[in-house]
Amino acid sequence: MALPSYATTGQRVWHYTFRTICGLILFYLIAPILVIIPLSFNATDFFTFTPEMLALDPAGYSLKHYDDFFNNIDWQGPLWNSLKIAPMATLLAVALGTLAAVGLSQSHVPFKGAIMAILISPMIVPLIISAAGMYFFYSRIGLQGTYWGVVLAHAALGIPFVIITVTATLVGFDKSLTRASASLGAGPIRTFFKVQMPLILPGVVSGALFAFITSFDEVVVVMFMGAAGQKTLPWQMFIGLREQISPTILAAATVLIAVSVLLLATLELLRRRNERMRGLSAA
Amino acid sequence: MLQASQTAPFVEFDRVQKSYDGQTLVVKDLNLSIPRGEFLTMLGPSGSGKTTTLMMLAGFETATHGEIRLGGRNINDVPPHKRGIGMVFQNYALFPHMSVAENLAFPLEVRKMDKAERDAKVRRALDMVQMGQFANRRPAQLSGGQQQRIALARALVFEPELVLMDEPLGALDKQLREHMQFEIKHLHDRLGITVVYVTHDQTEALTMSDRVAVFNDGIVQQLAPPDELYEAPVNSFVAQFIGENNTLEGIVTALDREKCVVRLDSGDEIDAKPVNVSRVGDRTRVSIRPERVEFNKARLRPDAHTLRARVEEFIYMGDMFRTRLSVAGNDEFVIKSRNAPDQVRLQPGQEIEIGWLPEDCRALDAA
Repeated sequence: MALPSYATTGQRVWHYTFRTICGLILFYLIAPILVIIPLSFNATDFFTFTPEMLALDPAGYSLKHYDDFFNNIDWQGPLWNSLKIAPMATLLAVALGTLAAVGLSQSHVPFKGAIMAILISPMIVPLIISAAGMYFFYSRIGLQGTYWGVVLAHAALGIPFVIITVTATLVGFDKSLTRASASLGAGPIRTFFKVQMPLILPGVVSGALFAFITSFDEVVVVMFMGAAGQKTLPWQMFIGLREQISPTILAAATVLIAVSVLLLATLELLRRRNERMRGLSAA
Repeated sequence: MLQASQTAPFVEFDRVQKSYDGQTLVVKDLNLSIPRGEFLTMLGPSGSGKTTTLMMLAGFETATHGEIRLGGRNINDVPPHKRGIGMVFQNYALFPHMSVAENLAFPLEVRKMDKAERDAKVRRALDMVQMGQFANRRPAQLSGGQQQRIALARALVFEPELVLMDEPLGALDKQLREHMQFEIKHLHDRLGITVVYVTHDQTEALTMSDRVAVFNDGIVQQLAPPDELYEAPVNSFVAQFIGENNTLEGIVTALDREKCVVRLDSGDEIDAKPVNVSRVGDRTRVSIRPERVEFNKARLRPDAHTLRARVEEFIYMGDMFRTRLSVAGNDEFVIKSRNAPDQVRLQPGQEIEIGWLPEDCRALDAA
């Protein structure tokens, strides 16, 4: 967006000021995350940039925190817990959230707004309140402190994301496709998996990614719901920050950032693929 | 077209009613029977109930009252996917994530046909609509007309006996639409299938159908072959809706079975064929087709009543001349004449006398 030749001085000044402001905002958002990455290669056991690091001296850098992260049982236990909890919670959230979104997209459902509001509420209600409520409820039915308790709680937190992304994809879904499918002899289940699902898949996948990340970096609910046996990675990081301030936290954080970036890249690729399919289909 | 008397009706609507809100009837007491092999068009303005009727037959809407039968069997409680009815949608409704061949194979897979047979049928269906070389394309890579051909092939590939078409040509441009009309018509003749076709385009209805059901206000106003519909409309709605039509209003002053005399509001008297008038003194609206009006005195019967007319506007349309006249207080009176070498071109302002054969002038209800 170049400046047109007739721009006044004021417009020129604003043009560059605007760009500077945008740059500063982006820097403000990304800097705290980026600063973690070099720090995680710190050769000392402190959260500081040593003079050697600043001088780019190889001796100032090391992989020892990564070594600690990948070999210390204190970190590996929580990592595996996270990897056991998040996919299961995601699976539940996707299955239930997609069904809810498809159901709510039907025209004949009564109280649609109210049902939607209730299903979305875990996203809006402050987490600590959900967590406290779930704690008392799950204790009563014996799920508190169990694997399934944490999975169910995380699934409840993930469902709103799935509902929102799937509902958004369904808005553009041509209802006559399901009618066409029925007229060709396919029953409702076949129609769902062969016609509707492939077309709303990008929405389902992005919902799944959000649900996965919600579970993967959730710390409040899991501290209420879980026992020591369900200690997850964010929980361990939280404890680590409070009790030992080990740069291993930074290594863990860097690994998580890498995983998140990979997931988001996948999401973007899928979105583009979908756009291509839809863009072409709108003849 | 098979005669209804020769075969049992294939599709039957028996006192069918439909209401969406429980108060107003969108379809009021529909009785319609369609013999096997017929091309029946449901024609009407939007909101006339024609699409609702089609959707009830397809199974996407349920009848509030009455019975729909297919091949003698009540299908009220049969879900759409078990009715075995082919359907072509207005927006084509091709599956965008499947290739053309996969779209066509879909109904065959549902029917658990083995691959070799499936491929053969898909190929035959594609050849039938001259789309053989497009099997591997995605629908989005095809033009509107090509997509419509594929939609047609997909609705026919599983060999349904009944195919429904919901304004399938609505999105195409005029020339392509006319071409596709003939193509669909020829496919119907060749395959011997029964077609129920919905449109609001009366030319399309006249061109393609064995019979046309004109819908208005949830009621079938007239069910007749195209020529009868055009030449012998039974009420003013049908006369107005089908083709171009001139109307004059007046009162019946003499009436027998074959002929009646109508005194127009302007005082002129004309001959007409009584259709919807029952006695002398009735108010009536007479309807005359623009191409049946004659202004060449030599071609009129000597005893015919004529009317004085003033030419208001002359429009050259290529194959036709369209002349707007002012007749008996109606200045929207149109006549059409063929562009023949000896045809007279009327000039605006010119005074002429017009007349017609009494049977071409139909005295209908005044509504």
